[in-house]
Amino acid sequence: MLGDWLTRIDTGRLRAAAGPAIRGGAAAVWSTGASRAAALRARISLARKRGLPLIVLLASRNLFHDRVRLVTTVIGIVFSVILVTVQIGLYLGFERMVTTMVDHADADLWIVPKGTRNFEDPSLLDDRQRFRALSIAGVADVAPLVLGFAEWRRPDGGSTPVFVVGSDPRSGGIAPWNLVEGSVDALAAPFAVAVDRTYFSRLGVTGLGDTGEMRDQKARIVAVTSGIRSFTTTPYVFAAFDRARGYMGTPADRATYFLVRLATDADVTGVRDRIRANIADAEVLTTAEFRERSRSFWLFGTGAGAALFGGALLGIVVGTVIVAQTLYSSTKDHIAEFATLRAIGSSTRYIVEVILWQALLSAVVGFLLATAVGVAIVIATADSALPVVMTPGLVLGLLVLTVLMCAVSAIAAIREVVRIDPATVLGR
Amino acid sequence: MSTPIVEAIDIEKTLGEGAGRVQALRGVSLTLKGGEMTLLMGPSGSGKTTLLSILGCMLTPTRGTVRLRGETTTGASAEGLARLRRSHVGFVFQSYHLFPTLTALENVRLVLDVRGERGEDTRERAAAALTTVGLSHKHHAFPRELSGGEQQRVAIARAVVGRTSAILADEPTASLDSENGQAIMTVLAEIAKDPERAVLVVTHDPRTLPFADRIVRIEDGRIVGEDAGARRAIVTTEPEVPAHVP
Repeated sequence: MLGDWLTRIDTGRLRAAAGPAIRGGAAAVWSTGASRAAALRARISLARKRGLPLIVLLASRNLFHDRVRLVTTVIGIVFSVILVTVQIGLYLGFERMVTTMVDHADADLWIVPKGTRNFEDPSLLDDRQRFRALSIAGVADVAPLVLGFAEWRRPDGGSTPVFVVGSDPRSGGIAPWNLVEGSVDALAAPFAVAVDRTYFSRLGVTGLGDTGEMRDQKARIVAVTSGIRSFTTTPYVFAAFDRARGYMGTPADRATYFLVRLATDADVTGVRDRIRANIADAEVLTTAEFRERSRSFWLFGTGAGAALFGGALLGIVVGTVIVAQTLYSSTKDHIAEFATLRAIGSSTRYIVEVILWQALLSAVVGFLLATAVGVAIVIATADSALPVVMTPGLVLGLLVLTVLMCAVSAIAAIREVVRIDPATVLGR
Repeated sequence: MSTPIVEAIDIEKTLGEGAGRVQALRGVSLTLKGGEMTLLMGPSGSGKTTLLSILGCMLTPTRGTVRLRGETTTGASAEGLARLRRSHVGFVFQSYHLFPTLTALENVRLVLDVRGERGEDTRERAAAALTTVGLSHKHHAFPRELSGGEQQRVAIARAVVGRTSAILADEPTASLDSENGQAIMTVLAEIAKDPERAVLVVTHDPRTLPFADRIVRIEDGRIVGEDAGARRAIVTTEPEVPAHVP
């Protein structure tokens, strides 16, 4: 099948190579392409005929010979990799969640009250700071953003706390994203709000047109998002800037943050420094700086990150110990064969390679199974309060980690084998 | 004139330490020549296996010199000894020591792989070695599917496939019945006809005597006698070696 596939590829290449030949009337390109294709086919045929290198074959047969031990090894690796995947995946999910508002804001710079530790740490700025910022060269626009907690009164009479995000979509700020119903423009209507569908039951609503109340003011759902979740589990409610101030009782000349958009070609750090010099009682941060501040606070300031990393580390240690133990006992079982290898003159390197191949094959089998389970976990937690996130970087990192873990696990087995006295095979 | 393949000169070997110290070999000198099959015989504990280990570069002597094809083992590291083994020595073990997870052909190829010979011709060479020992039809059989005699023949194919000049066999017939033992010795005797190869067989088995060119007797770590074997007596009209050399 592979051969057929490669043949098709070769044909495509030959056709591509044939283009200039046909135009130029030269047959040489055809013959070069054909000979290359023939050489490639010959190489594939040779590789198929040769099969696995003998050292890999020996390692794989040693590994697959004892199914019970293989299962134990693979379970150890899978357990370890899944534990690490979940911990790191939670970390990534957590990290993504705590910075999601900052990531979706239309801002180059953030003017925040002094001492702000994270996005959801609102105190208030004076509107005059906004006008000072607007006077700085390089600033194209400054949009106010107001945030804060409010009490959502459900239609059935109950209530729940919500986190209101208010900005003017026409002047930037933070507009709701991942809309599944309604539109951002509809937020301009009186008492209009947008909520995420995963919070419908908390808010006591079922969809567009349903209403609740905040500070005795009506709130009608005009847009519905999907997947905008807060790790604090407090639902976000998006509203127009003035309406949001009304819901929270924020004074008219105050805002939580000012989001600065720069003129084309303006230097971000230069403008940041100029605003800093002109504004008192506020900090000016680039988007990256504010994201990092929020991330650091939640992950490290609260100890949540350390707990997740601790769990991941535990997974690595447990996996390494299990794999080391099974590799070591497998090596002990095959010790006579390793002594024979030594007796027939194999170098230490050759024997080490056999064991490392065993470790590598275990790693690959374990990793593939663990990845399949990991993907299932990602799918299962996608709509949960704290989804496990898998990125291509995480998958690649886990592969490297698994291989390294198995290689480290092989050290005890290698130490055992390199000490073998080849003479032990005599007289037995 | 036969070429000296292995030369051991005044070999002494002490094993163990303190109260467990044993003088296993005491001034042994022995030369294995190409085209010869030598039997090394002696009672248990006489030093046969120790001498085989030293001639096969598995151990280094406490004193004395061993040369394989002119290369000395003196001062060689474990890796150096391993290199000498894979370059010059093919082993046949009492319990065959085949790799149970590899087929007969793969077991034979393994020696070439260990030597870094991984070309396309290694399959043909391994197959030819198996044909030499009469196992052309068992290439893909695993050791568990072979009889003891067949396993030992695979082990012999493994020993000869690398074209090493010294074939050292440790009690190759001990685990076999009479018929298979005879077959194994016939194969080893065929190999010993090659003037570029010396075959040494450590044995207790009197059934091996008819195949020997030379019989070396060892006791208490000393060579106590050397006889011309029956094969030489049959092949040559006049024995080159006295019937019994004290």
